[in-house]
Amino acid sequence: MAGLDSNQSKPLWLLAELTYRCPLQCPYCSNPVEIAKYNDELATGDWLRVMQQARKMGATQLGFSGGEPLVRRDLEELITEARRLGYYTNLITSGVGMDEARVKAFKEAGLDHIQISFQASNEELNNYLGGTRSFQHKRDMARVVKELEYPMVLNIVLHRKNVDQIRDILDMTVALNADYVELASTQYYGWSRVNIDQLLPTRAQLTEAEKVAREYQEKMKGKMKIIYVIPDYFENRPKACMNGWGSIFLTIAPDGSALPCHAAAQLPGLEFPNVKDHGIEQIWNDSVAFNKFRGFDWMQEPCRSCPEKEKDFGGCRCQAYMLTGDATNADPVCDKSFHHQQLHDNVDRIGKLSGTTEFESKPLLFRNMKNSKALM
Amino acid sequence: MTSDIPEIAPTFRFQWEEAQDCYVILYPEGMVKLSQSAGEIMKRCDGEKDTSEIISELKTTFPGVDLETDVRNFLENARNNGWIRFKSK
Ligand code: SF4
Ligand code: SF4
Repeated sequence: MAGLDSNQSKPLWLLAELTYRCPLQCPYCSNPVEIAKYNDELATGDWLRVMQQARKMGATQLGFSGGEPLVRRDLEELITEARRLGYYTNLITSGVGMDEARVKAFKEAGLDHIQISFQASNEELNNYLGGTRSFQHKRDMARVVKELEYPMVLNIVLHRKNVDQIRDILDMTVALNADYVELASTQYYGWSRVNIDQLLPTRAQLTEAEKVAREYQEKMKGKMKIIYVIPDYFENRPKACMNGWGSIFLTIAPDGSALPCHAAAQLPGLEFPNVKDHGIEQIWNDSVAFNKFRGFDWMQEPCRSCPEKEKDFGGCRCQAYMLTGDATNADPVCDKSFHHQQLHDNVDRIGKLSGTTEFESKPLLFRNMKNSKALM
Repeated sequence: MTSDIPEIAPTFRFQWEEAQDCYVILYPEGMVKLSQSAGEIMKRCDGEKDTSEIISELKTTFPGVDLETDVRNFLENARNNGWIRFKSK
């Protein structure tokens, strides 16, 4: 699919990050740490135009996410237009800011699917990690979502503080009648990168978690689909990030900047075009940013001459940048990368310290505007 | 099962995609592109016609093709995938 030039690739997936405002404060949030910078959100009319233009280019899946998309009062209006345009519309939410009336209104507006995230399977940890008392409300909302016959995805981000409860978590998703369960391993960018010492699981934890996940996959076959992926820091080959840069994914940040991946804003020296200034077609086909890592010409060794480059496109550009300082390097997850050992050593360092009282008692940095300002 | 009526399950969406030039099945964060024949069958799973009616309709549209087994197999698969469900008359 990737390696295609811009004329052949299409933005099949449009991710609309409507806002970075969020009533929760998850310390693993994948939003940029600079959330406080994004005060200037796109207006309703801008979003309608973006949706129309992307649909014309072939976009089929549309995700409303954030931050917390429910914060936007125009969400109903955006869903209505999305449905009229023929999108399959996904709402990716914490459930906070939802009530039964609103879930019904979304249904009438034509929303196709709701994904609710849980921080954990017990009230105390859930509320601690989210920084709000949201657990009971999330459960109530999950029930309403199912009553209204939406397909429901429950998403739980796994890390060292909750991965041992994977069995409880899965029991909860079974009890709530989820159609799909995403056990998402924390990806270490944005806030989770700041908190990596507190969040990275140990190998022993992952071995156990995988065993339980497989057991439930088998048990729930045909009833509930469980997606479990081990964190890539523990792998020897990188993920085919975004299915290739500028290949099928288009993210629009709250301020209107268009990104080939929701973490790309951090990459230096790249100017991401804004939908207030340019149309989607121009952005997708002609912008420097979207062409930057298309195809294979930008690669260095070991990727450049690697027979596997068409499979993983050298991994994640953001991860390459974060861990090596150069976005054109191989993703250090790959054991052919010259920086793999360094990543490995860091994983081992955290693994050795995990469980010690001193290390575990270090505080998490919660994702909120105040902390964002302090980090900027 | 012959008297049963297939319909698209509420947790899936079936539609024509201009950009793909084919019928597709849409579900949370995913899409399956259908072959022409699969699309022709799914199109007729409208919650009104039963399996036999769908088969005879297809026979009229595509005369000379022996499609009965294929259609039944496809519907069985579609049901296993959760795309359709059967309701009784
Ligand atoms: S991960 Fe948590 S803090 Fe971040 S947007 Fe989602 S709910 Fe809000
Ligand atoms: S060297 Fe590059 S292209 Fe080859 S497997 Fe590793 S990351 Fe992928």
